[in-house]
Amino acid sequence: MRRQNLQAWLFLAPALVLLAAFSFWPVGYGSYLAFTDFSLIRPTRWVGLENFEYIFDNEMFVTGLKNSLLFLLMVPFVQVGAIALAVLVNNRLPGIRLFRAAYYVPVVTTVSVVGIMWGFMFHEQGTLNYVLTTLRLVNAPVGWLSDDTLALFCIMFVTLWRGLGWYMVMYLAALQSVPADMQEAAILDGANRWQRFWKITIPMLRPTIMVCSILSVLAALKAYQEVDVLTQGGPMNSTFTALYYAYDQGLKHLKLPRALAASFVVSAFCVGIAVLCLRYLKPKHR
Amino acid sequence: MKTRTFQAAGHYLLLCAIALVCVFPFWWTLVTALSTEGNIFAFPPTFWPKSPSLANFEEVFRVIPILSFFKNSVLIAAFTVFWKLVLCSLAAYPLARMQFRGRRLVFGLILATLVLPSEVNFLVNFITVTKLSLVDTYAGVILPNVVTAVAILLLKQAFEEVPQDLIDAARVDGASEWIIFSRIMLPLITPWLATVGILTAVEAWNEYIWPSIVMSKPDEFPLSVGVLYLRGTFGSSTRVIAAGTVLTILPTLAAFLFTQRFFMRGMDGAVK
Repeated sequence: MRRQNLQAWLFLAPALVLLAAFSFWPVGYGSYLAFTDFSLIRPTRWVGLENFEYIFDNEMFVTGLKNSLLFLLMVPFVQVGAIALAVLVNNRLPGIRLFRAAYYVPVVTTVSVVGIMWGFMFHEQGTLNYVLTTLRLVNAPVGWLSDDTLALFCIMFVTLWRGLGWYMVMYLAALQSVPADMQEAAILDGANRWQRFWKITIPMLRPTIMVCSILSVLAALKAYQEVDVLTQGGPMNSTFTALYYAYDQGLKHLKLPRALAASFVVSAFCVGIAVLCLRYLKPKHR
Repeated sequence: MKTRTFQAAGHYLLLCAIALVCVFPFWWTLVTALSTEGNIFAFPPTFWPKSPSLANFEEVFRVIPILSFFKNSVLIAAFTVFWKLVLCSLAAYPLARMQFRGRRLVFGLILATLVLPSEVNFLVNFITVTKLSLVDTYAGVILPNVVTAVAILLLKQAFEEVPQDLIDAARVDGASEWIIFSRIMLPLITPWLATVGILTAVEAWNEYIWPSIVMSKPDEFPLSVGVLYLRGTFGSSTRVIAAGTVLTILPTLAAFLFTQRFFMRGMDGAVK
């Protein structure tokens, strides 16, 4: 028994060392640094809430926080869309695997490439405007990414485009574990398609819906990569998200304590929302 | 019977419409990359390559060191996959199959990293990597990504599915834990190793933010970062950017299309 103890820890040691260094240390040390004036060149001093006061007075961060919360609007669209897609491709139709693949392809694409491709699409003389003007849906080309009221929604659309397939596969996996005899029994009882969907499929998906919703809320709050590759926060700082502010301040301007304070705030939101979701969405005890 | 046909047709129509939205940006990029004539933003745009040729691709090779980018990406992906498989399977084995003190604690800690806001880590990891003088090294790019909770959990599950009799028999024969792990268990979970390996390879290939922080010399960029160089320096030549884009995603797409089932299985494991 004691031998196994030691051996087990030897097996685990390398992984734990790396986890400690690159997952636990950043959280702990980062939380501390958020309250200091850390920089790579001079000794560190404790400054209390100064960084937090600074960011909450800073228009870019406040806009960013609002935008991050605005991103939450996407969550229901992503989840309903993903469930609909999963139901749509959960059929034994010829060629259905091809469609599943097509819907998943955006998920396995680098964000930098996504930025380039959608940059083409959203360009003022780009494809989207061509299609819309040809169909007479708009009169003049729209500056999708150069209009400060539209740009954020375009970024939200791109994150939706990129995320939908991932959730679809999660739901598909859950759908395929729904026992077929339940559906057959319901058909025999004369339940129509709609009734079967609401009375059997949705309740069976409940745990998956909970997990996916939480993941998607967290992902929405943490969105920033698409901002980096599409607009870099512009036009007129309108597409800053809270975490993009952290990234911009920390790694482009090397103001790490401010960046950490900002990411601290995002994390607090994430943890808070995750706790709330777990408490209220948990399946009721039978 | 007729309604059945109509239904199927409607079904396919819907499937195609959604597929169009998903795939169209890729198609348009490919068309642009293959076209040599006409202004890119000309109205009407072409949805089929005009006088197709590979000239834009040649141009990509001329203006950016895409072969080094490619090599860098391959190296980063290969090392990440190798070390992830080694370290995560080592960690997963005792969690799945050994009784030891602190097992629940370790497992809890690993689960906790799933909840911790990892997007925030790179700020401090940047300091760590700087202090370890790993800036501008592939080790700096790879190390933070080698051990992930998801990989450990998937492999733990794989180890748990191996029948206990096999292990007991080996122990009776006097095999050490190391022999059991490396000679018996690892070969049995090869399909799961493949799953984790392929998911990791695509992730590592696509990683963009972290390598762009760690690597500062353009020659050492991976493809995902280097491709943006096309946009910076040759902003006007959309066709060349498109060609670079195609070259960047082609390997990922090929990997995905040929190994689809591994992606679906990874999800399966994640849901459980």
